[in-house]
Amino acid sequence: MPDIQRDEISGTETTGHEWDGIQELNTPLPRWWLWTFYATVIWGLGYTIAYPAWPMISGATTGVLGWNSRTQIALEQANAKAAQASMVSRIEAASLDEITKDADLLQFAKAGGAAAFKVNCVQCHGSGAAGAPGYPNLNDDDWIWGGSLEAIQTTLLHGIRYAQNPNTRDSQMPRFGVDGILTPVQIVQVTEHVLAISGQEADAAAAQAGSVIFAENCAACHGASGEGNRDLGSPALADAIWLYGSDRVAIAQQITDPTMGVMPAWSPRLDATSVKQLAVYVHSLGGGEPTP
Amino acid sequence: MQFSHKKIETNATLLMVLSFMVVTIGGLVEIAPLFYLQNTIEKVEGMRPYTPLELAGRNIYIREGCYVCHSQMIRPFRDETERYGHYSLAAESMYDHPFQWGSKRTGPDLARVGEKYSDEWHRAHLANPRSVVPESIMPAYGFLETTDLNMKDAGEHLKANQWVGVPYSDDQIANAQADLVAQASVDGAEAMLARYPKAQARDYDGHPGRVTEMDALIAYLQMLGTLVDFSAYQAEANVR
Repeated sequence: MPDIQRDEISGTETTGHEWDGIQELNTPLPRWWLWTFYATVIWGLGYTIAYPAWPMISGATTGVLGWNSRTQIALEQANAKAAQASMVSRIEAASLDEITKDADLLQFAKAGGAAAFKVNCVQCHGSGAAGAPGYPNLNDDDWIWGGSLEAIQTTLLHGIRYAQNPNTRDSQMPRFGVDGILTPVQIVQVTEHVLAISGQEADAAAAQAGSVIFAENCAACHGASGEGNRDLGSPALADAIWLYGSDRVAIAQQITDPTMGVMPAWSPRLDATSVKQLAVYVHSLGGGEPTP
Repeated sequence: MQFSHKKIETNATLLMVLSFMVVTIGGLVEIAPLFYLQNTIEKVEGMRPYTPLELAGRNIYIREGCYVCHSQMIRPFRDETERYGHYSLAAESMYDHPFQWGSKRTGPDLARVGEKYSDEWHRAHLANPRSVVPESIMPAYGFLETTDLNMKDAGEHLKANQWVGVPYSDDQIANAQADLVAQASVDGAEAMLARYPKAQARDYDGHPGRVTEMDALIAYLQMLGTLVDFSAYQAEANVR
């Protein structure tokens, strides 16, 4: 044993190391800290026995508790599914109308629909379903493809202009400017007419000329007075709600080279009951229409 | 003889050799099992190497630092699977060099963002995220739409991946540039689709006849997490 050296001032042992006359104290660790450290080592060893841990030659130890993350999540998912099973099966069996008439089912469907909406729909339609340019507001009663429960469900299931779904809602607006169907002057005139029927300030003379062009080119889909046509997904033009902007430039742009929105089909990404719940939720936002 | 660190601490070479041995043992214990333990090298149906366009998009994803805010790994927790879909499998990153798992989520996880939104949404969102998600704090990447994709080295990128173990065929490398253009075009993608099953070919950026960085990035985003068919995947069979 080397001689134990003590620091003269503190009385503490030194390590025996010395640099330029300065000696290093060998102050012991606090006991409580040391024992806690030993305890965590023992606990750690126990943990590696209880849970999967040590890599061996042909595989890792599985742990005496038999726990693994995949079984764990399968169990959690099964538990959650079981907890909702009775309500989900009732929703599955009920028609959309029946769901809205049963207080329990309605509450469940609205909550489930709200959850699914937050995951899948808010990116386009906004966290409050108020929409964004190009993505319709779902809180109002201005529906492009219909606002009844069935219509909303169909849109959800098959999407809009979603090529991968054979039953998708589909319609094309001609590119009146790009394809030369209308001359630039005619586009200006029909723009003025659209401004006029939507209650905005417009050049009366141009709008007058535009009304003729509108009747020949636009009325077939958007209606004689611009009331729209839900069978074709043609938006109403005679109101103050606009998908791609209400001003002169935006309307002329939409006639020249129309943007046509795409909505993904949510079947089979979401199961049928989730789609039902979403339909009920969206229908409940404020603009839902009665079943025809 | 009494053991003393002095011998080690005053002999730099000995200290280095011993430190290296300690690190080697630690490394072997932690890393080596990953190469032979079955649950870390699980194979799944459907995985294929990235197409040249997707790979170019992936390079842009890395260049722009998307991984700083977006992870690409859905952890096996119910709250995550409810939001993002099936938890990620190691095999889904088998052709990633380097992988993009991450652990920092300022934005949402992107492991299964593919086919969730339309191309048009991605265009609007990348050009100005606030236009579709008002509360978003993501920077705008509008320049991607006006920047032509550098395609000269498409084959070289495939070759580099081949060197680190991605099974690109010589046929795929030779046709990389043609495949890249074909996938961003409306027609003429048959040969590309034959080389890359389940790939999608279309004009992603709304500028037909032009291959921009936006094309590449959206092509990459639209395929993320879409390759594995989970209806055929047996999670229980792979519990170990």
